[in-house]
Amino acid sequence: MELVEAIVLAVLAASTPLLIAATGELVVERSGVLNLGVEGMMIVGAACGFAGAWLTGSILIGALFGIVAGTLMSLVFALMALGLAVNQVATGLALTILGVGLSGLIGAGFVGERITPAVHLFIPVLTDIPLIGRVLFGEDGFVYVSITLIIAVWWFLYRTRAGLILRACGDNHVSAHALGYPVLRIRTFAVMFGGACAGLAGAYLPLAYTPFFIPGMTAGRGWIALALVVFSSWRPGRLVVGAYLFGAVTILQLHAQGWGVGIPSQFMSALPYLATVIVLVLLSRARTGGSTAPAALGTVFVPDR
Amino acid sequence: MRKSLLALAAGLLLAGSISAASAADKLKVGFIYLGPIGDLGWTYQHDLGRQALVKELGDKIETTYLENVPEGPDAERSIEQLVRAGNKLIFTTSFGYMDPTLKVAKKYPNVHFEHATGYKRNPNMSTYSAKWYQGRYIQGLIAAKMSKSGVLGYIGSFPIPEVVSGINATVLAAQTINPNIKVKIIWANTWFDPGKEADAAKALIDQGADVIMQHTDSPAAMQIASERGKLAFGQDSEMIKFGPKSQLTSILDTWGPYYIERVKAELAGTWKSEDTWGGLDSHMFAMAPYTNMPDDVKKMAEDAQAAITAGKLHPFKCPIVGQDGKPVECKGGDHLDDGQILGMNFYVKGIDDKLPGK
Repeated sequence: MELVEAIVLAVLAASTPLLIAATGELVVERSGVLNLGVEGMMIVGAACGFAGAWLTGSILIGALFGIVAGTLMSLVFALMALGLAVNQVATGLALTILGVGLSGLIGAGFVGERITPAVHLFIPVLTDIPLIGRVLFGEDGFVYVSITLIIAVWWFLYRTRAGLILRACGDNHVSAHALGYPVLRIRTFAVMFGGACAGLAGAYLPLAYTPFFIPGMTAGRGWIALALVVFSSWRPGRLVVGAYLFGAVTILQLHAQGWGVGIPSQFMSALPYLATVIVLVLLSRARTGGSTAPAALGTVFVPDR
Repeated sequence: MRKSLLALAAGLLLAGSISAASAADKLKVGFIYLGPIGDLGWTYQHDLGRQALVKELGDKIETTYLENVPEGPDAERSIEQLVRAGNKLIFTTSFGYMDPTLKVAKKYPNVHFEHATGYKRNPNMSTYSAKWYQGRYIQGLIAAKMSKSGVLGYIGSFPIPEVVSGINATVLAAQTINPNIKVKIIWANTWFDPGKEADAAKALIDQGADVIMQHTDSPAAMQIASERGKLAFGQDSEMIKFGPKSQLTSILDTWGPYYIERVKAELAGTWKSEDTWGGLDSHMFAMAPYTNMPDDVKKMAEDAQAAITAGKLHPFKCPIVGQDGKPVECKGGDHLDDGQILGMNFYVKGIDDKLPGK
């Protein structure tokens, strides 16, 4: 039983950065922008987040540093891809290359330093409930933020007028523009939100997951977040399922190896990606009429003035 | 892609800075690094070796390095860049640089090359590596003494002979202390992913392991062991900072003495193509101080280290029984020969796991 609890805790921890980064990218893509720079924004968020926490001794300030850093990175993207209407794919890739280099530069002075990781919630009695106590009432703040965030995004996209307008920009920017909505301004805000989330997700790694900074420590999680958005077919509910599924497969394959289940570890490492492909095939076969990709995703929009 | 761009940029900067310098009579020595020098592991240790070299021979030589150079064909350009910049002795410090180094070596017969951990040589290309399995043997002894649960956790990178021989050496040593010792092996299938390494360490501890050993590069596993109050061994470099109450010891790559020796040979004009596979006796690696253990365990570790250094104790002393219960052919007299260790692709008896790909 304790093992089950330990596994669930590890799954939540592994899924949280994916969920936060993917939530941001979901909003970005729903507004019609494809920002492939998630990995770059995340790693800069990780470096700045660690720097902030190390300098001030506060995890909260570290997280804020991460958010600001991610947002600033996304503004570079917004300037290029929205302001100057440069190809979004190229800009996103460039942002990742820039981010990896920049984070190495920012983090160089902090390599080898340690901080005290984010504290976990503790409510007497509740946290001590066997099996579910620590899972529900004993997480670090990032986990609760990630869940709050995705619920807020769902509510925003489907229950508010602003969300409807944002989705309209993503599906048909010409019509949205014709109706008088400031498409580029809306998209800029979406991109900034995506950057803030990526920065926070990156900061989670050195602040809560492994409390030190090493260049390249995101190790491709930004790309997984991008895959998750496609996996979710741009729906918040499915995004949650996808993020925890990815986390679960990652952790369970490690445990399966420890138990000596005779499946090659390379195959098990590839399972999350195999799962993505299978789900994509199933989704496209099902043709539920649900939302597929935002129609204007990745296309450049230059308003005629 | 990004790495090659970085390398290219670094190469351009390098070319610029070197043409500006006019230290014509100083020997130029170049280094190609896989990671950033701040990786706290593999590349960091190579750079410490370079720094030791500069300290020793700084008035006669000039060193340059390119970091973040990806393995494979892209490395060729970076190596050639160093040649064109006038470097006469070039160290390429990762297995994947083997073929690119050989290619460049054949093209420039007057330049000398040194390739780490590979097996292809040329009249102007040496290879060098370390017998880390000797250190793993000492760790196995300590682990078996210190483990209360009798379960060791081992995080592997990839099932290549270097890693497999490390696991076998650990288990063989541990069995001399506790014949029923269990080792749980998790392959991370990466050399470097702090998050995943931490997850693997958590999984091993959750499954009952109380001593964690790793053959991956980040201090994440050490940090998790520290957080959970378990014991662990570092990798490549000193990691005690990440587990002050957890680190038992760590295998430290110490390339400095070798780099100094080879550069001295180059300066004296006696450099020859050689294959160096050195162990504790030739200082190719060292053991970090033995910490967090009682004095008798410490003494046992020190004695084993002295015996291995003196050549009295061989970790792969025959008879060695494979997982299938059959004895392994003993090609090196009373121990396995170097070829058998360098190509090790089987588990010894007592590991109840399956080697991937077998």
